[in-house]
Amino acid sequence: MAKPIDEITWQELGIGAVVTEIGNSVQYKTGSWRSERPVVKKEHCIKCGVCWLFCPDMSIVQTPEGHFTANLEFCKGCGICAKECPVGCITMQGEEA
Amino acid sequence: MSEIGKGRKGIEVSIAMADAVAQADVDVIAAYPITPQTHIVEHLADIVANGELDAEFVPVESEHSAMSVCCGSAAVGARTFTSTSSQGLALMSEIFIIAAAMRLPMVMALANRSLSSPLSIWNDHTDVMMVRDAGWIHFFVENGQEAYDGIFNAFRMSEDPGVMLPVAVNLDGFIMTHMVEPVEYVDGELIKKYLPEFKMKNALHPDNPVSMGCFAMPEIYTEAQMSREVGIKDAYPTIVKAWDEWGALTGRHYKPIETYRTDDADYCIITMGSFGETAMEVADMLREEGEKVGVVKIRLWRPFPMEEFRKSVLGKKYLIVLDRAISFGSQGGPVAMELRSALYGQKDAPVVVNYVAGLAGRDVSRKDFRNIILEGKKKAVSGHTDGFTLYGLRG
Amino acid sequence: MDKYSVYSARLVDQTEYMAPGHRACQGCAEVLAVRLILKALGRDTIMAMSTGCMEIISSPLPLTSWRIPWIHNAFENSSAVVSGCESGMKAMMRKGRIPQKKINFVAMGGDGATADIGMGPLSGALERGHDFLYVCLDNEAYMNTGIQRSSSTPYGASTTTSPAGKKSIGQHTQKKNMAQIAVAHNIPYVATACTSYPFDLMEKAKRAAEMNGAAYLHVLSVCPTGWRIPPEEAIKYGRLAVESGMFPLYEVVNGKYSLSYKPPVMIPVKEYLAAQGRYRHLTDTDLHKIEEMAMQEYQRIVRLSEGD
Repeated sequence: MAKPIDEITWQELGIGAVVTEIGNSVQYKTGSWRSERPVVKKEHCIKCGVCWLFCPDMSIVQTPEGHFTANLEFCKGCGICAKECPVGCITMQGEEA
Repeated sequence: MSEIGKGRKGIEVSIAMADAVAQADVDVIAAYPITPQTHIVEHLADIVANGELDAEFVPVESEHSAMSVCCGSAAVGARTFTSTSSQGLALMSEIFIIAAAMRLPMVMALANRSLSSPLSIWNDHTDVMMVRDAGWIHFFVENGQEAYDGIFNAFRMSEDPGVMLPVAVNLDGFIMTHMVEPVEYVDGELIKKYLPEFKMKNALHPDNPVSMGCFAMPEIYTEAQMSREVGIKDAYPTIVKAWDEWGALTGRHYKPIETYRTDDADYCIITMGSFGETAMEVADMLREEGEKVGVVKIRLWRPFPMEEFRKSVLGKKYLIVLDRAISFGSQGGPVAMELRSALYGQKDAPVVVNYVAGLAGRDVSRKDFRNIILEGKKKAVSGHTDGFTLYGLRG
Repeated sequence: MDKYSVYSARLVDQTEYMAPGHRACQGCAEVLAVRLILKALGRDTIMAMSTGCMEIISSPLPLTSWRIPWIHNAFENSSAVVSGCESGMKAMMRKGRIPQKKINFVAMGGDGATADIGMGPLSGALERGHDFLYVCLDNEAYMNTGIQRSSSTPYGASTTTSPAGKKSIGQHTQKKNMAQIAVAHNIPYVATACTSYPFDLMEKAKRAAEMNGAAYLHVLSVCPTGWRIPPEEAIKYGRLAVESGMFPLYEVVNGKYSLSYKPPVMIPVKEYLAAQGRYRHLTDTDLHKIEEMAMQEYQRIVRLSEGD
């Protein structure tokens, strides 16, 4: 777990500021950017995975039953999944709603 | 390992340097033609073509790409060499700086040459001064032997896990690159003992994925700069050790600051690069005339050996500093500015008189040295020490 | 795309070689391209990336989104940096310094990094024949710095440095044809692709990586921010670009052209352009002219694909 940016000392940066903790951007929760969230109607989902494939934010996950759902930690609410779902089982709903 | 063989040879300095690079068993050479470094990479191309060295010779389409290839090669942990001069250095300067900032070890033979315009292929130090603040380790050599030895020393310094910085071996273009000189070669056994195989801790490899060259927000850029500053300062003992061990193995001893007849000297002439040998000859001549003059030669330019420099000159009356570049609109040549700043506020600090001479290959003869030293002394005595004098200027 | 109907999204590698938490805009199809290409290339990949959107959104110290070895050096030189990585690895493996292993070397840059500032280094690397894949992520302008025109910006597009105005149609030059420039280097593999056709994209990335020598992949990467379209329509617009013939998908393998996809019915270019904010100022005459230019290039590719 990388320290917050404003707490890191120069000693901690290390030679060349090489980052060795790969994929640690998961600490940064882009879900806070969202104004709308995708809501999946499970009963209509055909488990095709098109939403997963087209998600630019790696924020669609498969549930144990095989349905796909948004990982709201990272989902920015772009709405591509809802737009591309071939059966229209995803709708975007306002965060305030 | 290449079998260039040992022994004393009369050889062009560029070729001796290329032989040293081959003996150091480099993995990647990035090469782009520019006078006067070209003989170095031409000879390396031959060595690779003949199978004497197993390396990738990458004939790039520009110096900018030469330095970029070197960055990529160093990042995967390969031993990396390139060479350039003048405009080539200017073109690659963007990546030259990044190489140091990313702490990518590599060695460059920098055949010093003037910068355009007017275009000139001849030697001075304007190119290296342009990248003075880039964060590379810079040292200067003054004869063929030093140039040859310098390659091994540079790899040893550069690849040290505590250093991890690129190193430029500066040699005066033509004056050295194209000169035939006697050079004592070392053998493979000695090199093996001196220069361990390069093992880079965080080299790019799928088995140990890392991210290099991430960007910094204002909250962290300052810390990254401090890491660089401490990195190059802390390299100093390793640099000295690399030379000391070389001395122990070969009997050829190098120091960050070299002095000649300074112990009882009243005043000194200060040079960097190939002028050192002429300066020593002229000092000998002037000594016979009763002038108590010594010579201080700066070998290590970055990190600047502040303490050693001070030790070598404090207590002298004045220093005549010979620069081979102008920092336009400033107080003098870059070397003089550095030395004035090193001496400022020091007890028993000598007065500094600055000459700029030998621009773009204009010859500085023994007679010229004599004039500079004696005129400089007069200036120092009379208190005319501001700025600098462009020696030999018409009009 | 009949030949890909055997695929299913669920057969695609589940591993994400790029981690979430990256800071790409909502609906960024460029980062999607990177994600999909990495799935095709797999873990044994070393990437050199040019300065630009993808570099900035993925690597703010001390964080990184990369799970593969990744290096960013400067804007214009990712192809030269990757040349160095490939050369270094090749030499070290040959000399027994590190174990032999098949590694994919990939350089990525935006259209500015590729068609403008990095053109020389790219040409050099292609000509020298390093075993690597260059991916141009073409969103048709300098989006990272705020939507300035590049030589890859299409005719008629309004950007912040080619604004439409009383005396300007916006970009008044034609889009530089990078894929054709790559073809002129006689490299074994050149292809165009688009994130809206993910299987085609992944298959091309894989094929490119399997080639011995230099390969070039030009990926149309829809940028909702710069194109001024709603983020959810990023995939749709890629599809429209291809279906209208504005961006033909094709491959050139050892000099032999083949069209990857021939739209059953070509849709009018207007359908692709009219709703994009960057083309909002265009008249029907302008749109007609653009359609004519696009059809010329499309037909040329069709002819090259059909001829032997």
